[in-house]
Amino acid sequence: MANVRISALHKHYGGVHAVRGIDLDIPDGEFTVLVGPSGCGKSTLLRTIAGLEDADSGTIEIGDEVVNGMRPRDRDVAMVFQDYALYPHMTVAGNIGLSLRARRRPRPEIETRVRNVAEMLGIVDLLGRYPRQLSGGQRQRVAIGRAIVRNPRVFLFDEPLSNLDAQLRDEMRGEIKRLHQDISTTMIYVTHDQIEAMTLADRIVLMRDGRIEQQGAPLDLFEQPATMFVAGFLGSPQMNFLRGRIVRSADGAAVRFGEGDTPLPFPPARALAAVPGGGEVIVGLRPEHAGRGSGAAPPPGAVRIEAEIELIQPTGSRSYATFRLAGQPMLAELRAHDVSRPGERVPIDINLGRAAVFDPQTGKAL
Amino acid sequence: MAGSATIPHRIRRRTGADLLRIACLGVFVIFVLVPLYWMVITSIKPTSDYLAVPPVWFPAEPTIVHYTAALFSYRGLDGLLNSLIVASAATVLSTVLGTLMAYSMARFGTGGQHLAFWVLSQRFLPPVAIVLPLFLLFRSWHLYDTHVGLIIVYTFITLPLSVWMMYAYFRQLPRSLEDAALVDGLSRWQALWMVAVPLAAPGIAAAAVFVFVAVWTEFFFALVLTSRHAFTLPTVFRAFLGFQGAQYGEACALATTSLVPSIALGILVQRHLVRGLTLGALRG
Repeated sequence: MANVRISALHKHYGGVHAVRGIDLDIPDGEFTVLVGPSGCGKSTLLRTIAGLEDADSGTIEIGDEVVNGMRPRDRDVAMVFQDYALYPHMTVAGNIGLSLRARRRPRPEIETRVRNVAEMLGIVDLLGRYPRQLSGGQRQRVAIGRAIVRNPRVFLFDEPLSNLDAQLRDEMRGEIKRLHQDISTTMIYVTHDQIEAMTLADRIVLMRDGRIEQQGAPLDLFEQPATMFVAGFLGSPQMNFLRGRIVRSADGAAVRFGEGDTPLPFPPARALAAVPGGGEVIVGLRPEHAGRGSGAAPPPGAVRIEAEIELIQPTGSRSYATFRLAGQPMLAELRAHDVSRPGERVPIDINLGRAAVFDPQTGKAL
Repeated sequence: MAGSATIPHRIRRRTGADLLRIACLGVFVIFVLVPLYWMVITSIKPTSDYLAVPPVWFPAEPTIVHYTAALFSYRGLDGLLNSLIVASAATVLSTVLGTLMAYSMARFGTGGQHLAFWVLSQRFLPPVAIVLPLFLLFRSWHLYDTHVGLIIVYTFITLPLSVWMMYAYFRQLPRSLEDAALVDGLSRWQALWMVAVPLAAPGIAAAAVFVFVAVWTEFFFALVLTSRHAFTLPTVFRAFLGFQGAQYGEACALATTSLVPSIALGILVQRHLVRGLTLGALRG
């Protein structure tokens, strides 16, 4: 087990500046998820930690030891690859045991450790089979077995679940989380799937264009995104972004979404002192922050509007309604059995107290 | 009713297509096998039956006299042994060097595109352009009419194609397998021999067969660069075609003998040639 510290790391790929000055401190035993869109540099960062790529500048420390220039085999890290990368000419036992054979461990020890890992992952029956005889989920288990058999200091996962179907992905996600709880080794996990990131991580590191956009506990990023990019990346369906202008009055701040519309007041706690009256903002509202109004008055902190439903998308556990707020499309979450129909005008309660407010020029949270 | 009318029609058409296909295949098989059959039969025919009209399809009294003459009187056996030595050594050398070079080019981009093209461009060189300088060099280096000299030449001339065959193969191999091996604790050298080479076995087998057959049938360099000691099988055939007439029986006997190693090699590596080893390595 070890901590990982990355300082001022840069990496170029040909003409592309893939990693641009990353500073990251991962404490011992933490499950860190690197997440971001394709090409944001997360896989490059992971491969650089593994030693499969050389850093152009900056340092990587594993367990307080600088590992730049060290071969992958000497870094004592294990990696699970997106395509599993099982050796097709070796049996499952051969695959899992290769790292021990490479370190010249005695044969009885290799057999015992391979068997223990296989028991832990429930793949003892498969030890004599070849990768081509396994299903996708079984291959994934073998790949994980190959990583854990030698008790590395750090585990690296490079989008390990992206080739599995949805059901299996959920199952394996749970197993990886349980694995981390059982062995508590530092894990660095790369994914572009924000649900994986939210469910697995102790800490999410959200990357964009080779830089860290924001890092922190999953719920902190979800509730307090530092930028519009973070707000839009996390959460499904995506956060609604609505342009408006701040209106100031004696009661505090309010936002007007369309010319001549009634301003919708923010709760007193959201003073938005940094924005002058008349200043343009982008208000970020998650679908769950807007819902069908019921009762005589909206709940505390919410404002009620009336809008015509354009579209209803049921998902089973809940439904999403599209409507327009001052001409701007917005998604609201309804209960699963809501009977609203497209074309119907319904009351919508908007919880502005939980809205994120961004500067339209910089995209940063205000 | 429409259905019942069309079904027999379709069956008839399919049968017609099948017959045509069988006929085509039959013609092709005859085209390939008859010369071989004629060669084998001629090798055991008495001399009087060679060009008899009507042709003798199977001799009444088969004989092995042509085999003994071709192998011993005409030194065919020596040629066969020389060919075996030279072809085996050149095959091993060309395949091993080709594998190393191709791996380096495919994984590390060694020499960029220019080196890859330069290697292939060696095949554009007509053999006649280099045979005379080689002859002179070999004479002064005491490589003329030696196995070593011939092995060097054959390794050199077959290397471009074995490199290119292996280069294409290694480029197809997923890089993540070797990455996994490196992280698992193997050195680059171990990753090559324990992971990349076993997976490239079909490509290596194909390249080896190609090199062996190319060397086994090569005539021009063998003719110029050898004489009484290191001469190979193809050069022995010169003796069968003389002013006095052709020694068809001996030629066919030696040709039949020379087929044996090629066929044996083909059977030996057939399993590797058709085996898709990467199946199941990666996502399913």
